[in-house]
Amino acid sequence: MKVCITASGAELGSQVDPRFGRCQTFVIFDLESGAIEAVSNPNIETSGGAGIQSAQLVASKGVTAVITGHVGPNAFGVLNAAGVEIFIGSAGTVKDAAEAYRSGKLQRAQAEDARSKPVPGR
Amino acid sequence: MKQIVVLSGKGGTGKTVMTGALAAFVDNKLLVDCDVDAADLHLLLEPEIIERHEFRSGHKACIDSGACVRCARCFEVCRFGAITKDLQVDPGACEGCGLCARLCPVQAIRMAENMCGEWFVSRTRFGTMVHARLGAGEENSGKLVARIRQRGKELAIAGKRDWVIIDGPPGIGCPVMASLSGVDAVLLVSEPTCSGLHDAARVIDLGKHFRIPVLLAVNKWDINPAVTETIERYCLDNGVAIAGRVPFDRSVVDCVVSGKTVMEGAAEVVKSAVADVWQNLSQIVTGASERNKEAV
Amino acid sequence: MIIAVASGKGGTGKTTVAVNLALVAGSVCLLDCDVEEPNAHLFLKPEWREETPVTVPVPEVDVSRCTGCGECARVCAYHAIAVIPGIDKNPQPLVFPHLCHACGACSLLCPTGAIHENRRSIGIIQKGTRGSVSFAHGKMNVGEVLSPVLIRRVKELADSRGLTIIDAPPGTSCPVVAAIRGVDFCLMVTEPTPFGLHDLVLAVAVVRQMKIPFGVVINRAGLGNDAVENYCRVEHIPVLARIPFAREIAVCYSGGETLVDKSLAMAGLFHELYKNILRVKDETDRCS
Repeated sequence: MKVCITASGAELGSQVDPRFGRCQTFVIFDLESGAIEAVSNPNIETSGGAGIQSAQLVASKGVTAVITGHVGPNAFGVLNAAGVEIFIGSAGTVKDAAEAYRSGKLQRAQAEDARSKPVPGR
Repeated sequence: MKQIVVLSGKGGTGKTVMTGALAAFVDNKLLVDCDVDAADLHLLLEPEIIERHEFRSGHKACIDSGACVRCARCFEVCRFGAITKDLQVDPGACEGCGLCARLCPVQAIRMAENMCGEWFVSRTRFGTMVHARLGAGEENSGKLVARIRQRGKELAIAGKRDWVIIDGPPGIGCPVMASLSGVDAVLLVSEPTCSGLHDAARVIDLGKHFRIPVLLAVNKWDINPAVTETIERYCLDNGVAIAGRVPFDRSVVDCVVSGKTVMEGAAEVVKSAVADVWQNLSQIVTGASERNKEAV
Repeated sequence: MIIAVASGKGGTGKTTVAVNLALVAGSVCLLDCDVEEPNAHLFLKPEWREETPVTVPVPEVDVSRCTGCGECARVCAYHAIAVIPGIDKNPQPLVFPHLCHACGACSLLCPTGAIHENRRSIGIIQKGTRGSVSFAHGKMNVGEVLSPVLIRRVKELADSRGLTIIDAPPGTSCPVVAAIRGVDFCLMVTEPTPFGLHDLVLAVAVVRQMKIPFGVVINRAGLGNDAVENYCRVEHIPVLARIPFAREIAVCYSGGETLVDKSLAMAGLFHELYKNILRVKDETDRCS
């Protein structure tokens, strides 16, 4: 099972980046094997829709959960549709965040803005 | 650290004068001028620029007329009317979708990055200010607003500021939404006119939409006390608290003309009215956050 | 002829000038293009006649034809479409209507023709009349970002033979450019304060760049200082009217009343303004 933690660097000791769409790095952490993959975020400087782009990227990596500080409504819509669980309000290091997730201490994100809901294909 | 945005909906209600007054009055704050389209706060605060950044956003089509075979495919597909009949790009109309460049059979169209303004970090006599200037007729000021708010927040955290005070843009469009995201409260500056009420109502809707508390201050309230009461009643009925009233006084105009904030030269009645507005506002904002902490 | 009334700074009296000018100009079409904060109707008080929704195209994906190739998401400059692995592992296209600029790239470039376009509403246009003034304004839905589209739709209602007056949005950014593009004359309303001057200079840069003939109206003349007058003199910009600062005018405005109905002097001032616009426009036409 893999989780994605938004971070300001590529290490387990890096701080959690509270932003989702424009975070520095996505640290993808395999909870069983302990393997980590760091993906530097190509969407930091995008002019709009960074959350959507980042969510698309993360979803394509096959993670089951995203752990971050805050998720905007657009990214929420994409992750939700991809069946990725979202945990917010995380702080400290990547390792701390992964521990907090394992022990069930993190807060599940709720949809904050119904009007931003994406329209799925039919 | 708390972030407050000053909004008016309509222009000319005294939003910037109010922000300037708070700049002079509130301790340990950082200032952000988000009115990037027609920024005026710098006229009162005389910033000395210490950081200067180019701002680029989006793209505009560029046709290489040497390579163009005049098939007019670009003209046919552009929905923004940005390709003229003689196959030139009208940069003011181009929204940067890039469809023309993708469909050009001879690759004669290139999407060039658009340089649309500058933003700055400055020193003022009331502390640090982050501000910007959008090029004439440029679009996408929402992104620029987001950028300077981000920088403002970083500087406020690094400098352990208690408050970030944001002069918001007029209207209810994209820049206003960017100026609202993540703030703790909106100070709505209105005036006792029917358009003041009308526009205040639009801002209140926006506050509701984003679930951000809105507080009202009526500027020049004594120009029409009856309308002032109507606006205040409307606000109370819509869950908006009243932060205060500021009277009309010619000394305010004299301050603006001499480049001073009202706290530095206006009549005592004006100064004490601003002080009241801030007291009510800061109480509600810090009170609300205490309650949130208890809830957690 | 189309006259746009604009101002760099908000709250200078742009709407007051547009409405009062329309009332003295006789048979005229008044279009309020300040679609974020339309206010002219509050003063004109038109009798409403009709209301039409304004819609723009928005893509819809037919999943039975979608192969999940992701081309639509790649071609969208606004990131308004995402394609993700769905919960059932089938590719799932998602459209974000509020980010869509309706450029049509996704539907045109989808290799399997899986995208067609629906319509979605971004606001309304309301039309009405008062006396010989026919009026229309656009009202954008809260939370929408496509104001230039709505502005262009309102402008399509301009009277091609007679006189049209456009109340433009404040500022100098894209909605203003959309509102004043292609007009015959631009009237810039300012006030004699440092704020007024600063924003006037920015607005002048825009109209000059767009090569639109223009002149200035100084509102609340007598308040503030002479900097605006000096600037206009140095820059050879005609000052077409000076509306004096008076508490009575502020009170009249705050009550939603029109100046030309309340005072003969004001009616005279606006008649004079209209004549000055025609004169300056005529002079510029002859020079070019």
